[in-house]
Formats: sequence, C-alpha cells, structure tokens
Amino acid sequence: MNFLLPPDQWAMLFGGLRTTILLFAIAWIGAFALALILVIVRATDYRVCRWSVDAFVAYHRNVPLLVQVMFWYFAMPELLPEGIRFWLYDHNAEFCLAAIALALGSAAYQAEDIRSGLRAIPGTQFEAARALGCTYMETMRFIVVPQALRISLPPLVGRALLLFKNTSIAMAIGVAELTYRTREIENLTFNTFTIFGIATVLYLLGTFSLMAFGSWLERRATPGRKERHHA
Amino acid sequence: MTQSVIVRFDKVNKWYGQHQVLHDVSLEVKKGEVVVVCGPSGSGKSTLIRTINALEPIGNGSLTLDGIAVHAKGTDLNKLRQSVGFVFQQFNLFPHMSVLDNVTFAPIRIQKRSRAEAETLARDLLARVGLAEKAGSFPGFLSGGQQQRVAIARALALQPPVILFDEPTSALDPEMVGEVLQVMKALARDGMTMICVTHEMGFAREVGDRVIFMDQGRVVVDTTPDLFFDAPDHPRVKRFLSDVRGEH
Repeated sequence: MNFLLPPDQWAMLFGGLRTTILLFAIAWIGAFALALILVIVRATDYRVCRWSVDAFVAYHRNVPLLVQVMFWYFAMPELLPEGIRFWLYDHNAEFCLAAIALALGSAAYQAEDIRSGLRAIPGTQFEAARALGCTYMETMRFIVVPQALRISLPPLVGRALLLFKNTSIAMAIGVAELTYRTREIENLTFNTFTIFGIATVLYLLGTFSLMAFGSWLERRATPGRKERHHA
Repeated sequence: MTQSVIVRFDKVNKWYGQHQVLHDVSLEVKKGEVVVVCGPSGSGKSTLIRTINALEPIGNGSLTLDGIAVHAKGTDLNKLRQSVGFVFQQFNLFPHMSVLDNVTFAPIRIQKRSRAEAETLARDLLARVGLAEKAGSFPGFLSGGQQQRVAIARALALQPPVILFDEPTSALDPEMVGEVLQVMKALARDGMTMICVTHEMGFAREVGDRVIFMDQGRVVVDTTPDLFFDAPDHPRVKRFLSDVRGEH
C-alpha cells in the first residue's frame, strides 16, 4: 500500500529527515556552547579578545552561509594535519564539516543575542551579588547569566529556527539530509509537487515543534508564572 | 567595660577625579551601636558606607572592619563582604529567584551550608520581617516595602556582625516606610550593629545611639540624637533640620 510515495522513497525521506535533525542538534549544541564562550571572552578587558570576537561575529554575519559551508568543505581540510583529514574522510566529512560551519555561523548570532540580554541586566544586580560575597564568576553564573538568558530566549528561539532551516544548505556539499533526498526523489520520479509538498510539511513539523518548545521554555522561565493566575 | 570597635575610619579621603567626596573622615563604630548618618544630598553619606564593604574604593587613609584593613592589597573582599550586610535603596532583589531563594542564596552558594539549614534560617528571618507567607512569591509581585524587608532578611542571612543601610526607605511610597522602619527598629533593639544612611529622623531619635552629620565630604557633627535634635549648634545642621522638618 502506497500513501503518496512508495515505501522505499519514504524510507529515503525519513533517512534524510534523521540526518537533518542530527545535523541541527549537533550544530545547535556546538553553537550555543561556543556563543557562551564568545560572550565571556568578549566581556573581558583585553582589547585583543574583544577584537577577535568582533571579527569572528563580523565574518559570520557578512559572508553568505553557503560560502562558509563550502569554505569549510573544500578549503579547510587542506589546512588540517593529514591524520585529522584522513579521519574526516573516513567519517562522513561532509556531515562533520557542515556541522562545524553551521555551528560557527549560528554561534556568532547567538553570541550577539546573549550579549544584548546581558546588557539589559542593571549593574545594581551585580552590586547586590558582590555585596553578598560572590566572586565575579559566581555573580555571572547565578545572578547575571540566568537573567540574561531569559531575556535572550525569544531571539535564541528564532536563531534555532533559522539553524534548522539552514541545515538544507548542507546539501550543497553532498550531505544526504532532507532537501538532498527530496531533490533525489524528484529527479527519479518527476513527482515534483508531491515530494516538495511532503518536504515542506516535514520542515514545518520541525519548526513548529521548536516554536512550541520555545514558548514552553518561555512560560517556564517567567518568574512567578504560577502567581499570575491568582493575582 | 569598653565595647570593641567594629568599624574604624582613620583619615579616609576619596576623590572622583578632581572632586573630593570624602575629606579626612575619622570615626569609630562600636559593636552593638546604631549609627545614623545624615546630611544634605551629595554630602558623601552613601559613598561613606559603600566604602565599608568596598563597593567603592578609597583614595587614602585606612578603614578597618573587625580589625581587617578593608582596602589593603591582599584582603579577601569576597570573604570580608560575608561579614557585613548591605541593604540598598532600590532593594536589588534577584528577580529570577523566589523570596526564599533570595534569602538562602548566599548561605547555600557562598557559605556552602546545607539547603535544609539555610531554609530553616531563611524562614526564621522571613518571619522576623513579617513575610513568612511570602516565601514562595517572586520579588516582582511584592510591594516596595515588602521587597525591602526581604532585602533585609537576605542581608541578615549571612549572619553578619554589622549591617549597612543605604537610604533604605527613600525609594518607598510613604505608606510603606513604616513597615521597613519597624523591622529596622526591632533589629536595633536586638543589639545589631547598624550604620544607616537615612533621613528618617524619628528612627534616629528612637533607636539611634549616635548621629553623624556630613557636609561636603566631611563629618561635621558626631553626637547623640538628643543633642543633635534638641541642641544643634552647627548652622549647617540647623538648616538641614529645618529642611527635613519642612519648616520654611
């Protein structure tokens, strides 16, 4: 029994979707971790640190993502030591390099979102923590960053959606993700309308899930959300 | 028996650029004393108490807290600040934490005490400031007066030997001033060492042991509340008193 597509084509599509989700998850985790590091480095007093982070952000905001991905795939391996290069070619180099490129690009934007969240925290919060005997790191960890992340949450959810959709760019270097598989089936069957329709629905399911998760987080992160019902 | 000195300023000077904000300040606060610091706006009162826990650096002179030189190189400020409570004009509670978490934060995270122990202490302190039933609330849902009382409980949670108040009632609506002053008066009667920058003259008269009057960065008068209010002999004090009493 075929529903819209024969079973083998469904299997191809879901294989692609699995790769898309994996690529997104790995790139997002890497991007978020790197964004936090960028923010901390940017916040130091050293000019070299600030400039390096600014340059990193400027590059990733001003160069097309497709170029960044191709740069990582075609150019960067040349610079890597032979051992790492051969390891990559043995271990799905397209996927790994696409994940790195996507993570770096998203990190630049996420760092800016988190930084604007940090700037929204008044200096008096910092002072209150210091007056209780917090070190700089304790102040950041317990007082400033948790509040800044709450403020940054809506833009960060937007970045996650963007990253999820941008995983399709990885098809340009041959990562067999959802868009790649869609094109493949389309070339095979010329069943253009159906197959792109299905791909659209699958992408929408992904982004809607992310949006729902984002608004759940936002509700959870609102201080005193339970009180509001009584107030 | 002489009481032990807990805070000692010795010829402390401080500048903001060219402008001198503290001028040869020398004074002592003994254990158990309630000292009220007052004076016109810009006279250096807030700067004075903010130097005690090193929220502000000093220019020169020496300042000791419980015998420790606050501004000496090598002083562990994070440790020192645990032994002096600070209450801000704008409360500065942590808005992302419940009232209880605001009070248990420092004992748990900074002093590494157990949660159970910290919560018992916090609930006891919240009861003392009359807010036991607000433990689960968030600061954004409290009135200014309630927030300031939580801030006092938070400052007390480290069980400091001395607590500093920086105009604790100046940001409050008039009807909330009383509840905060009541808490402060109860603290004073319990023997807490307090240094309060405030314009609440009733508080100074009722529980103050000393009144320090500052003008242009100098300690102009350091006397008892009775003498300060009933027999002011300094022209600047007379003018200040008539201003705060609204006599024009």
